[in-house]
Amino acid sequence: MATMKLKKLQHALEDIETFENPKIELEQYTTSSHIAACILHTAELVYNDISGKCVADLGCGSGVLSIGAALLGAQYCAGFDIDPSAISLSVENAVDRDVLGQCDFILCDVKKIDKNVRLKAFDTVIMNPPFGTRERGADLIFLKMALSLATRAVYSLHKTSTRKRIMSLAKELDVSAKVIAELRFDLPASYKFHKQDSVDVQVDLIRFKLPLLDSNL
Amino acid sequence: MKLLTHNLLSSKSLKGVKVGYPLRIVAKDVKINESKFNKEFVKKIIPKLDWQVFINAAVQIGHNNDLSDELIDDYENNDEFLKKVHHLLVEIEIINGELICPETDRVFPISDGIPNLLLNVNEVP
Repeated sequence: MATMKLKKLQHALEDIETFENPKIELEQYTTSSHIAACILHTAELVYNDISGKCVADLGCGSGVLSIGAALLGAQYCAGFDIDPSAISLSVENAVDRDVLGQCDFILCDVKKIDKNVRLKAFDTVIMNPPFGTRERGADLIFLKMALSLATRAVYSLHKTSTRKRIMSLAKELDVSAKVIAELRFDLPASYKFHKQDSVDVQVDLIRFKLPLLDSNL
Repeated sequence: MKLLTHNLLSSKSLKGVKVGYPLRIVAKDVKINESKFNKEFVKKIIPKLDWQVFINAAVQIGHNNDLSDELIDDYENNDEFLKKVHHLLVEIEIINGELICPETDRVFPISDGIPNLLLNVNEVP
């Protein structure tokens, strides 16, 4: 199967249903269809990390990354979230795009997912974790969990202002990390405490490469 | 929920649970969802599975085909075998049922295809 074109992927993800009432404590900012499509397209075309692979999505929210991965040919996508309404939304969106056959969505506490899911069970983890703004350190915990599940690569979005912290964690855990894109997150004022209509946030898309295991050869 | 997912899940998150694997399955409502057979993928996933847990799970939900407890030799070249594995692993969907912790009998519901592993505050270590 030829890889779906970027535009087509973005279009397919465009009208994904998003949260009606985002929860502040979970930092439920929806990944825009444009950003999701760009991340997945790069992961597939440049690094060959999606098609035919087992992919996990931590804090899957609306399911946009899982669904996009399935559309790009991921064989099995598992989306995890602590919020029942997010998981239901993911299922609904996956059904709409006819990819539920390749996906499972699981309710669990992502911050303790290493105690619910077999380690190293996935090739690739893609995620848009909480930035750790509301709950300090949530971003780092998500990243540690992602690295414990993946054998090939982890794609994650982090505030550019936290880059140093993220890079030093990667070093500590002995994985190589590379900023593969610098994005502007145009966060619509999802929450009442946002005064402006939208807030621009500088975000890094980082690819973490796991040390090669025998099973990858 | 697919049997592939079941193969990965445990209840080690529960207070006092050491292994929490495998979870017992009670399937009340099962659906077959046909999907495209990808030989390379199935070949690649088999060595990653806990094979006995996979076969037991298929038995527990009443879909015990003729696959045996022992993984056969030379499965890589056996298309018929790989197709059966594909069917059991990803085409069977447990829509409603239960996952049960082997150590505490704590029940985790599966509803509308979604396993719920969330814990109450007093169950967390």
